[in-house]
Amino acid sequence: MDLMEKLAILTDSAKYDVACTSSGAGNHNPVGMGIGSTVDCGICHTFSADGRCISLLKVLMTNRCVYNCQYCVNRCSNDVPRAAFTPQELAELTMEFYRRNYIEGLFLSSGVERNPDYATEQMLYTLQLLRQTYHFTGYIHAKAIPGADERLVEQLGALANRLSVNIELPSSRSLTLLAPNKTKQAILAPMGQICEKITESKALVRYKHAPKFAPAGQSTQMIVGASPETDFQILNLTQSLYRKFHLKRVFFSAYIPVSESSLLPSPDTKPPLLREHRLYQADWLLRYYQFEAQEILDEANPNFNPFLDPKCNWAVNHLDQFPIEVNRATLEQLLRVPGIGPVSARRIVTARRHGALDEAALKRLGVVMKRAQFFITCKGRMKKGLRLAPQTVVKALMDNHPLAQTEQMSLFDLPAVQAQREAAACIGKQI
Amino acid sequence: MHRQTDLTYVYDGSYDGALCCIFQAFLHKERPFAICPETELQPTLCPVRYIETCPQQAERVALALKPKISARAEAAVQHLFWTCQPEKELLMLDFVRLGFRYGGKVTAMLGDQTVAQVAEAIKHLRREAHNYKGFLRFSAYGPVLVGVIEPKNFVLPILAPHFAARYRNEAFLIWDKTHKAACSCIKGESQIGRLEGLILPQPDTAEEQTRRLFRRYFDTIAIEARKNPRCQMTHLPLRYRSQMTEFVKDEQSAALLEEEKPQQNLLTLQEK
Repeated sequence: MDLMEKLAILTDSAKYDVACTSSGAGNHNPVGMGIGSTVDCGICHTFSADGRCISLLKVLMTNRCVYNCQYCVNRCSNDVPRAAFTPQELAELTMEFYRRNYIEGLFLSSGVERNPDYATEQMLYTLQLLRQTYHFTGYIHAKAIPGADERLVEQLGALANRLSVNIELPSSRSLTLLAPNKTKQAILAPMGQICEKITESKALVRYKHAPKFAPAGQSTQMIVGASPETDFQILNLTQSLYRKFHLKRVFFSAYIPVSESSLLPSPDTKPPLLREHRLYQADWLLRYYQFEAQEILDEANPNFNPFLDPKCNWAVNHLDQFPIEVNRATLEQLLRVPGIGPVSARRIVTARRHGALDEAALKRLGVVMKRAQFFITCKGRMKKGLRLAPQTVVKALMDNHPLAQTEQMSLFDLPAVQAQREAAACIGKQI
Repeated sequence: MHRQTDLTYVYDGSYDGALCCIFQAFLHKERPFAICPETELQPTLCPVRYIETCPQQAERVALALKPKISARAEAAVQHLFWTCQPEKELLMLDFVRLGFRYGGKVTAMLGDQTVAQVAEAIKHLRREAHNYKGFLRFSAYGPVLVGVIEPKNFVLPILAPHFAARYRNEAFLIWDKTHKAACSCIKGESQIGRLEGLILPQPDTAEEQTRRLFRRYFDTIAIEARKNPRCQMTHLPLRYRSQMTEFVKDEQSAALLEEEKPQQNLLTLQEK
């Protein structure tokens, strides 16, 4: 089999992995032999037809797998062409792509060929080749395979910038049902080990040449829509993962039907893209806006509002805390205002030191006044001629995202405009 | 105080020249109607004053920026000159004037119209430079890597150190087609100069093969069920795509550079 075919097969098998970020590794410009550097914010090298960024060469070492997870294209019962890279081939390919600035580095995962140890060893050979023979100092993201020996994971972490363990499904019940070879404990064990190692290596940071362990941290991903968990459960799990394992990111992947198993949604279901989008919005609220999962959703409302994004939803349900005065509010308060993000909130705090801000100034700072106007006062005054009826507020806050639009049409089977008006009235009444 | 005049300042288009315009405006206590490089001067009814570039004057302005305003403001003035903001020279003058009045806090006065405009222009420059860090494509011609870009802003001074650090043991050339400038770098040492045109030889088989591999990778990685051209367009506007391997067809890549009418050969940088 030639390289082109192998690349096609192993890319095809890897494409459902979501994380393709190259961020968090620090601005690192090594000197001496070799090639490669990392940039802390990460760099997107291109965007594929589905609008997702391609930053890394995302491939599997092999798609031969002994496991039979129902939701996975590479399950052993699935009839697909199988292939495997040799470490030499993959290392060379990575170097050729990197040299031409096609990619920021390598994202290496693998099917479980023979057993977890063997699969990890193959990945390890590739990483060793890249780091030691080719002196590659760019970004490498490697997947730790649950069940692999601790010492192998340790070696992997010494070579990679970021490690991740896929949690796959958001509850152990779904795991037993859909991924019979995986258990929650087996997944959380390497996660805990990696977390421990990272903390350990950070403590050594004062020694310049102390070996670093996964300096860009660890991440995970879970599939949304393959199992019956509610958004609230998923978000709670996400929050506890951030707190317990100090993850850098939790990724969500809308389930795309790849099998006809009776345990899964039928093959003609559309991937729940809006739900995935809302989860990411909530994830941002957890990480950058100082929200708690329990504030965003609760037992009574366990799922996201399709029309309002989670932050607007929180704001319209807590109108008693508004309006706030932009020239005096704390950063935490500013972050809670729809239309003000972390960047504009920080800008407001900086800019107001040199004089009180008015509406025009806020606009120049990048605040989305269309939404923020209902929740703030400038120099003690709200915008002139503003109508504060709940309906108008909700209508102005309605999500114009194309995903939310399609959802509206399918829900009501009405022209989008009318549906939107009705929804505004409906949500407005609830408040 | 300065007074508004209907004069147009004309300078030679260099950074030092722009600084001299600032110097002259301060000297005459006036704000010109416009400042424009001589290459872009159009017939005008207003009086024109040609500002000679004088290294001493430029240096006096350049050296004053850091101690009298701040290092951040100094960088802002330099970056502003690289942007494609219309009337950027006048904006530089207004910004420097504000800086001398308010000192270091000028860069934080984001509510001010001039400062907001400066910040916006620089943001545009930085964003474009950041995009090109990812979207630039090199082709290997023997041991040399060559990449072509068509940016709106003059991003080469920002790209050069990034790629010099990344490809520290390679020789590469980045040609800025819009500004007719190029950055060459050998073993981490980079220099920027003027380059009117560039003819590239036919890519060899190894290069062709790598391009094909990447195109195949690019086509395969997209998930059909999630297809979203609108989103792709937002992140990767069409203007970047003309030079990107994965969007250029095989035959096209050869024809791509033929339209150029080059004067120089590969790697013969004509220093300005």
